[in-house]
Amino acid sequence: MTETTVANELDLRGVGKRYASTQAGGGTLQVLQDIDLHVPSGQFISIVGASGCGKSTLLRLILGLDAQYEGRILLDGAPITGTGRERGIVFQDHRLFPWLTVAQNIAVGLRNAPFTEARKRELVAEHVALVGLEGFEQAFPHQISGGMAQRVAIARGLVNRPRVLLLDEPFGALDALTRSRLQGELQRIWQKERITMLLVTHDVEEAVFLGDQVVVMQPHPGRIRRTVAVDLPHPRNRSDPAFIRLRDDVLSDFLDPAERGPSEVLPAVPAPAIFPAPGRPLQLAW
Amino acid sequence: MASIPLDAAELAISAPLRPRGGRRWRGLVLPLAAVALWWLASRLGWVNSALLVSPIQVLDTGRELVGNGRLWLALRASLARELTGFGIGTAAGLVLGALLGLWPRFNRLAGPSFNTFKQISLFAWIPLISVWFGLGDVAKVVFLSLAALVPVVVNTCDGIRSTPPALLEVARVYGYTRWQTATEVVLPAAIPAIFTGVYLALIYSWLATIGAEYLLVSGRGVGNLLIEGSEHFQMDLVLFGMAVIGTVGWLMNACARLLERRLARRFGRP
Repeated sequence: MTETTVANELDLRGVGKRYASTQAGGGTLQVLQDIDLHVPSGQFISIVGASGCGKSTLLRLILGLDAQYEGRILLDGAPITGTGRERGIVFQDHRLFPWLTVAQNIAVGLRNAPFTEARKRELVAEHVALVGLEGFEQAFPHQISGGMAQRVAIARGLVNRPRVLLLDEPFGALDALTRSRLQGELQRIWQKERITMLLVTHDVEEAVFLGDQVVVMQPHPGRIRRTVAVDLPHPRNRSDPAFIRLRDDVLSDFLDPAERGPSEVLPAVPAPAIFPAPGRPLQLAW
Repeated sequence: MASIPLDAAELAISAPLRPRGGRRWRGLVLPLAAVALWWLASRLGWVNSALLVSPIQVLDTGRELVGNGRLWLALRASLARELTGFGIGTAAGLVLGALLGLWPRFNRLAGPSFNTFKQISLFAWIPLISVWFGLGDVAKVVFLSLAALVPVVVNTCDGIRSTPPALLEVARVYGYTRWQTATEVVLPAAIPAIFTGVYLALIYSWLATIGAEYLLVSGRGVGNLLIEGSEHFQMDLVLFGMAVIGTVGWLMNACARLLERRLARRFGRP
């Protein structure tokens, strides 16, 4: 039993990241400090934090784009080295190749995968269907909307069956309606595929809506403030009082961080004036 | 497998941009007015008719040149030279530009030399070329190749080096080899810039063709028609030759622009 729980686990132990900086004291800027994070297999973890808390940097480290860090990043108990097909990514800007069609862009994920051409075609077709883009296989990125492009990016991230899918503010550039629809989509895909997902966002509602756990980060240096378990059944309902209570609980972390310690118990109903109208996500970075 | 309906907002497939029909003709207003004024000036004898012949006479000369085949002969000779020089210069430029863009070590070695080289005015090469290659077609083609080379090298190299880092990261994530990255990411991303270089090469080499025919005088060509006209004080011949040069340049420009617009959409620069 312990063997199966270890499989596909992502483990971060004391991860830190420093940049050389002329403005910071001592010539270095501590972007991340002592990040301990345990992502169990098949779980959906949301990391939420304001701009500058290092959450995107953390994803880059896990993805393997940057090997200069302190601490250890383990997948299945083995340290990660460079980028690898077992770790997929969806970026905020879809990053599709403009000269390739939708189907070809999804196939980019399989470029160096050990499958036959026929199997690759099959996988691409399956994932086109998974993100609901049948009929658009031959369209170019400039011919489709931002929401559709992000669906293509999700399909590209999933097509080679990664063990962990990293999502770096994947809906941050979309309008509110498209964003909430794609959040529902992503939840459905996650329930169906059961791939471990790690989402970074500054949208508290999104973090609570999608995550089994919400990891709240705070800046200067970037560190984990607390972790909130979201014990609500999927698919979730944004107007469920339990959902709203959890969302407001996490939101309160961002309202007056100076006066509150990380462990303090927070009031269930905070000052209403600061909160957005129901259904509209509050953005913490502008 | 559940598929989700896509609403109208997500299906916004953008329509191609094209100027409205009426506006395209506004560009003709000024040249037509100039020709009318010119015609009036020569008709009413405002200026010496030997210096400014009437448009009618230019048209007659043109008709004569077309009729006796001299225009076609000259145009063919000029275009053959132009395209040969353009072809050689572009091919060499693509190779050199790709090397400078893709190979940092080569760029450090050859980049500064090339940047100095391109500062030399094209026409400063004429004395050297005429001594080395004479005044014939070889010298002209060498000169035209040089004219085409520079813009192709500069734009190819810049295009390659300005590949969006975001796309290079995607290639890294999916384990692209260096070769795959160069051929499947960097070169396609550079296509619009490379095309701009080729397009400039086409225009520059046409301008240089006339220059070469004028400065390396021998053989036939549209430039030689101009020289002949000016030596024999035939302003009608000079003016007609200029009109032909302008028209050919305009046609090249129009074709290239059409192709450029298509390439830009296809390769992602709006």
